[in-house]
Amino acid sequence: MLDKNGIAKRIAKELEDGYFVNLGIGIPTLVANYIPKGIEVEFQSENGVLGMGPFPFEGEEDADIINAGKQTITTMPGASFFDSATSFNMIRGQHVDLTILGAMEVADNGDIANWKIPGKMVKGMGGAMDLVASAENIIVAMMHTNRAGASKLLKRCSLPLTGVACVKKVVTNMAVLEITDDGFKLLERAPGVSIDDIKNATEGRLIIDGNVPEMILD
Amino acid sequence: MIRKTVGGVVEATEGVKDNMTFMLGGFGLCGIPENSIAELVKKNIKGLTCISNNAGVDDFGLGLLLQQKQIKKMVSSYVGENDEFERQMLSGELDVELIPQGTLAERCKAAQGGFPAFYTPAGYGTEVAEGKETREFNGKMYILEKAFKADFAFVKAWKGDEAGNLIFKGTARNFNPCMCGAAKITVAEVEELVPAGTLDPDQVHIPGIFVQRIFQGERYEKRIEQRTVRKKE
Repeated sequence: MLDKNGIAKRIAKELEDGYFVNLGIGIPTLVANYIPKGIEVEFQSENGVLGMGPFPFEGEEDADIINAGKQTITTMPGASFFDSATSFNMIRGQHVDLTILGAMEVADNGDIANWKIPGKMVKGMGGAMDLVASAENIIVAMMHTNRAGASKLLKRCSLPLTGVACVKKVVTNMAVLEITDDGFKLLERAPGVSIDDIKNATEGRLIIDGNVPEMILD
Repeated sequence: MIRKTVGGVVEATEGVKDNMTFMLGGFGLCGIPENSIAELVKKNIKGLTCISNNAGVDDFGLGLLLQQKQIKKMVSSYVGENDEFERQMLSGELDVELIPQGTLAERCKAAQGGFPAFYTPAGYGTEVAEGKETREFNGKMYILEKAFKADFAFVKAWKGDEAGNLIFKGTARNFNPCMCGAAKITVAEVEELVPAGTLDPDQVHIPGIFVQRIFQGERYEKRIEQRTVRKKE
């Protein structure tokens, strides 16, 4: 079973040279720590920066340079700043190659719910609806089950949707799954996790085709 | 040169009234029109509709207007960092319209550029699309979103000149340029106001035609919401 950093590490293997990538808050943010050696990627933050760098050194924070999580950041050589409409033109116009975001629920047709729990304070969708409706390549990073142990990979989402039929791949603490017309296709197992474990933790349609290899993380 | 300078924040906010609709730039507390907000607090006008990506924090930004219950409705994409906001929303005192962030930016841009509406895929198949016209283009579904209508837009830039030309800095740019010229009157506050002819026309982000009033702000606090740093090795 993977921890959050393990999920991020596995997702980082999906990065390709030359990719522009938008990382959501939470586990996706950790992906930036595991960029494979020898490739160049640029991170976009929807509040208006391309070419995001690491956090600043103490004393070098600039209130005018933050990411979408409102954290102080730095920029890399070749970075640019732009307004919010331009930022979402990059997203809506599919100039950003890969979007990685968290979710509360994913359905086996690619529906995603990650912004609202009825009866609880609603904070808003931020840029998530624009991202999932527009991106060509969306990977969800999340735990396979919720705190109560119930599956987050469902036949249908029970929570209000963020987007429909949009998720392409899900990486959880237990598995890598691809969304196909017939449901979640199991591609890889996390170290020490059996196919039966994954079956028990997946409520949506699960396709197991032949031998499912264990993830290679390093 | 058509001069846009006004004496200060009092003159810049002349004409604001109860029940008006305002656009306010900023992302979180980054790039917010601090001086204009302070003056709106002082004027204590009520029943406001505020279009702004976020609602500030309890004791800064739009949170200051919320404290005095000046806001009737917030139109935002994310409102997570404000307890008073949550209290007013749950008690029904405050009306909240949550819309996708890219749609929020584009509804400002549409108002700026004279488009009545536009199609976007954001929110299709979700509650955001309820009651809205949908249409298919090239096999993909889109929803029709309309341009905002607002009385005043309050924006913050880094530098500006007497002609109202603006230059922004870093991610403090965010929604500010999108809101310029998107309301009946655009008020720009800047950290540094320079004489016309000082800014290189090639470097101007927003031409002065989109700005009606400009003034140099005072005592910028520029509060940081999430101070994140790394240690020097």
